Amino acid sequence: MSEKAKSISSKKISGQDERLKEVSKLRLLLNRPELGAVGGAILVFIFFGIVAGDTGMFSAYGTLNFLDVSANLGIIAIAAAMLMIGGEFDLSIGSMIGFAGICIAIPAIYWGWPLWISIIFAFAMAVLVGYFNGILVVKTGLPSFIVTLAMLFILRGATLAITRLITGRTQVPGLRVLIENDPIAWMFATDTFKWLFTWLGSMNLIALRTDGTPLATGIPPSVIWFIAATLFATWILMKTRYGNWIFASGGDKNGATNVGVPVGRVKISLFIGTAVAATIFATIQVLDAGSADTMRGNLKELEAIAAAVVGGCLLTGGYGSAIGAAFGALIFGTVSMGIFYTDVDTDWFKVFLGAMMLIAVVFNNYIRKRVTESK
Amino acid sequence: MSENLIEFNNISKFFGKVIALKDVTMKLKKGEIMCLLGDNGAGKSTLIKTLAGVHKPDEGEIVIEGKKTVFDSPKDALDMGIGTVYQDLALVPLMSVTRNFFMGREPLKGLPFLKTFDIEKANQIAAERMGQIGIDVRDPSQAVGTMSGGERQCLAISRAIYFGAKVLVLDEPTSALGVHQASMVLKYIVKAASQGLAVILITHNVHHAYPVGNSFTVLNRGKSLGTFNKKDISREELLGMMAGGEELDKLEVELKEMDRLSKN
Repeated sequence: MSEKAKSISSKKISGQDERLKEVSKLRLLLNRPELGAVGGAILVFIFFGIVAGDTGMFSAYGTLNFLDVSANLGIIAIAAAMLMIGGEFDLSIGSMIGFAGICIAIPAIYWGWPLWISIIFAFAMAVLVGYFNGILVVKTGLPSFIVTLAMLFILRGATLAITRLITGRTQVPGLRVLIENDPIAWMFATDTFKWLFTWLGSMNLIALRTDGTPLATGIPPSVIWFIAATLFATWILMKTRYGNWIFASGGDKNGATNVGVPVGRVKISLFIGTAVAATIFATIQVLDAGSADTMRGNLKELEAIAAAVVGGCLLTGGYGSAIGAAFGALIFGTVSMGIFYTDVDTDWFKVFLGAMMLIAVVFNNYIRKRVTESK
Repeated sequence: MSENLIEFNNISKFFGKVIALKDVTMKLKKGEIMCLLGDNGAGKSTLIKTLAGVHKPDEGEIVIEGKKTVFDSPKDALDMGIGTVYQDLALVPLMSVTRNFFMGREPLKGLPFLKTFDIEKANQIAAERMGQIGIDVRDPSQAVGTMSGGERQCLAISRAIYFGAKVLVLDEPTSALGVHQASMVLKYIVKAASQGLAVILITHNVHHAYPVGNSFTVLNRGKSLGTFNKKDISREELLGMMAGGEELDKLEVELKEMDRLSKN
């Protein structure tokens, strides 16, 4: 290129940089997929702040309660969001939660395996189920909606049948005693920052039990996993090559294939991701309750997808964010717990869930139009 | 002969009993724009896919810079410097200019086992490249969906060149575009050729092809009707040679006939 051309092009570039600053921060913010969920979460907190501000909902104990519920949902919602960005659905998440639960409980209780081996076994099964979902969708080209709907029934049925066959019941209790001194279980069963809560208690800043220990004992493990999952997923989506491949695979499968993106491998790995997230959810719940139940996680797949949609994921793929899904989960968790602190009958929760989703979809559609047709 | 950058000698491709291509020969020098003209079903798509390494020719040979070559996969063709821009462009409207530009070939940085996508570098290169072709990307992180059809086409071509294309294969780059947008794309194609690339421009639009082409190959029903230099052939002759020419003549006669009958 001649010197003249170079100077022209560099002028152009610096010109663009100047114009870039003119785009207002607000406009940039308006184009982010998680905007709706963040705004929604703020509205929800304002609402409960007014309606239930003096009820104890926002005490340390109450806050940890709704954070725990949000975090559990958030762990699977983030994985579901990543899969949706990659252009697919997983309706078997809820069934996988039940299946993972008995994969931990039956070996640990009936076969005498150490708990940590049972947990690893459950994760290995999750990788298998996810891989199977993925390879089926990629190889057959069938909609993942159908493939994973089949898997929803197969997994739930197998969970029930296997459990009844081995144990004669549908619940497997007795896990709590195994948690102590286990090399892995603590990662899913330990409250953290206990010292902080003890200190807050001793300063009389948070509510105490009659024996003087604080009512809220520490940050539950679900919240730690939830925060870690949000950060990890955001890092993957925004900062890695694999993240770009996820957007590309969901945005335009053929185009991505033509420029060398291994679309099949990306999708399979995302299906493994949702199954593994379901297993993290299951492990936390099973160790917290001390028992596995074959019906655990029922309908959770739909809540996870709802949270992802509220968080800005498009059903058509290629667009969305992990932070959005995290806020979507926070909205649902906050409302599902907050509703107990209000005079509203809890039966109305599902009505809210549905209405929220509808509003989110309409809003997201508008945002997508803004992003792609702003000229 | 070896001054040809790329040669396709007597290429044939069969699908079962169907003869998709028969004895097609094309030769291109550096800086040359060859237009491949043909109506729908003339075998243009098959030829493109053979050039891009998707199909292997059943007969004939491909010679690049004097060396006989066989493409086993699209990646082989890419590695040999054949950059194909398909009609769908392989662009994702919801993704940013930068993310599209580097899709599948993202620049990395960081530790050996913890490499991350070097967005800053990618943004800088994408903005630079788009700036060079005079496309005004306000912000390389804006979505491709906000760009016009012509700009998208130029982005796809620019991407192919950046990733080392010596021969550009362009599939109907102007078919969905208005006059202004099409001329912008054609201008960029001429510029690319002037920088030493060989361009194969596939189109059914003679009016777009004629001003920019150095030579013209006409395909009809899987066969080449020959390659003509610009000085040897007129736009009308080219039009007539494509299957559409005769058909249009016939249509004109029929319309006149109808007109005459309706007047009576």
